[in-house]
Amino acid sequence: MIAFDNVAYNYGGGELLSEVSLRLAPGSFHFLTGPSGAGKTTLLKLAYAELKPTSGRVTIFDREVRSLSRDDIAMTRRRIGVVHQDCQFLDHLPLAANVSLPLTVAGRTGEARDLTDLLGWVGLGALGDALPPQLSGGERQRAALARAIIMGPDVLLADEPTGNLDWELSLRLLSLLVELNRMGKTILIATHDLNLIRQAKAQVAARVLRIKNRRVQLAGADL
Amino acid sequence: MQNPFAMLMPSDRHSDRVVPPSGFTAQLTLFSAAAMAFLAVFALALSLASGRLADRWQDALDGTATIRISAPPEQMETQVAAVLALLSTTPGIASSRALSAEEQRALLEPWFGPDLPVDALPLPRLIEVTEGPEGYDGEGLRQRLTAEAPGAVLDDHTRWRRPLALAADRLRLLGLLSLVLIAGTMGAMITLAANAALSANLQVIRVLRLVGAKDSYIARAFVRRFTLRALSGAAIGTVVAMLGVALLPRADEAGGFLTGLGFQGVGWLLPLILPPLAAIVAFAATRFAAFRTLRGLT
Repeated sequence: MIAFDNVAYNYGGGELLSEVSLRLAPGSFHFLTGPSGAGKTTLLKLAYAELKPTSGRVTIFDREVRSLSRDDIAMTRRRIGVVHQDCQFLDHLPLAANVSLPLTVAGRTGEARDLTDLLGWVGLGALGDALPPQLSGGERQRAALARAIIMGPDVLLADEPTGNLDWELSLRLLSLLVELNRMGKTILIATHDLNLIRQAKAQVAARVLRIKNRRVQLAGADL
Repeated sequence: MQNPFAMLMPSDRHSDRVVPPSGFTAQLTLFSAAAMAFLAVFALALSLASGRLADRWQDALDGTATIRISAPPEQMETQVAAVLALLSTTPGIASSRALSAEEQRALLEPWFGPDLPVDALPLPRLIEVTEGPEGYDGEGLRQRLTAEAPGAVLDDHTRWRRPLALAADRLRLLGLLSLVLIAGTMGAMITLAANAALSANLQVIRVLRLVGAKDSYIARAFVRRFTLRALSGAAIGTVVAMLGVALLPRADEAGGFLTGLGFQGVGWLLPLILPPLAAIVAFAATRFAAFRTLRGLT
């Protein structure tokens, strides 16, 4: 699905990621952890082609990111669902329109009939007409998850999806992600919440990657 | 290849809706398109009036000539008769006649008043010559006049006609240049307004890119919006300006230039091309601004 080969990424100030090599196999479940500022968000952005590597190769669905045109990147993102910590909604549109936005931009508005089921699945069935600023943090995160999966993506990337949620809501969101993985979706979650990772490992065969000293390594039993 | 004008189709209201309403840029675009169309109508009227003026001057001066005879009083009638006789046998001359003393007094009246004693002044006599359709040989006529009537000078109006026609042509050119400048200014103002709208909606654009929107989809929302606003604004400005032109005083018999500033006949249809033209300028300007902004984003 997504592969990094000896990838490095420099911000203006210096190297943030170095010699990163990893592969997200179809149907796999990965956590990405590390301290704040370690480069988790950067790695996710590389995985959905918002950033291009300074060196090395990032391959998404068997195509090297540097070879993708802007339209190719747009088409690629339709196969990757992304959940941000701050959700990133269009505040002037109601929740239902925000969740169905990927279908709208893809010209697949006729498929929005599944929207009600999806909103019900994430527990937001009654909030379709609400504007994003009227939603709680947990509702926004679940709505962001619904938007990320409405296109039926092959891969789901989540950046600190439980960062603003209490433990109960975090577990609820996690159970949704585990359910998606069981449906065959490839999942990568960036988080520094080790309790969440432990909870997930009890339910699914998740691998944990840790960014340490600019490099990504497989975390051991110390979690 | 995608048809760029598909951006204006009704089906693209979806893309229009994903961008929030854009406040002051909407009013700016509407106002500048209306103002520019208003000015363009007057520039067009100026250009058309200049063209008509040039034609009128050309028509008035074409096909006529004047022979001026300056001779001692005792030779004057002899030379007038000789010139008239010569003209009657000159090929290409349709008619000729000597202006009467009353007619000459009328010509001079604006400068000297009605009581000018024409007979007491050593004024030259004037002979009006009307050219036939086949034209006459001006140089040959001058040589014959020199031989038959040494005091006769042929004035074929060339020295009047050329600067007048040139001035009218320059006016017409200035009118057209004004139209081009107005279109350019409107394009620049709409580009600025579109840039402001794009900058105000960068976060929206990022979200749209994140969920898989192509650049053409995002640009469509802005292009459609600004094009329709420019079309509406220009339509308003055009209608108001056409009303203004219609209410100008009618051209009087003297053919005063300012009173002739307007449209005639099918000329009234010409301003109607301004709103679509404004829409085309807005379309190109917004499309250029949108794609330039989008290229700067991932």
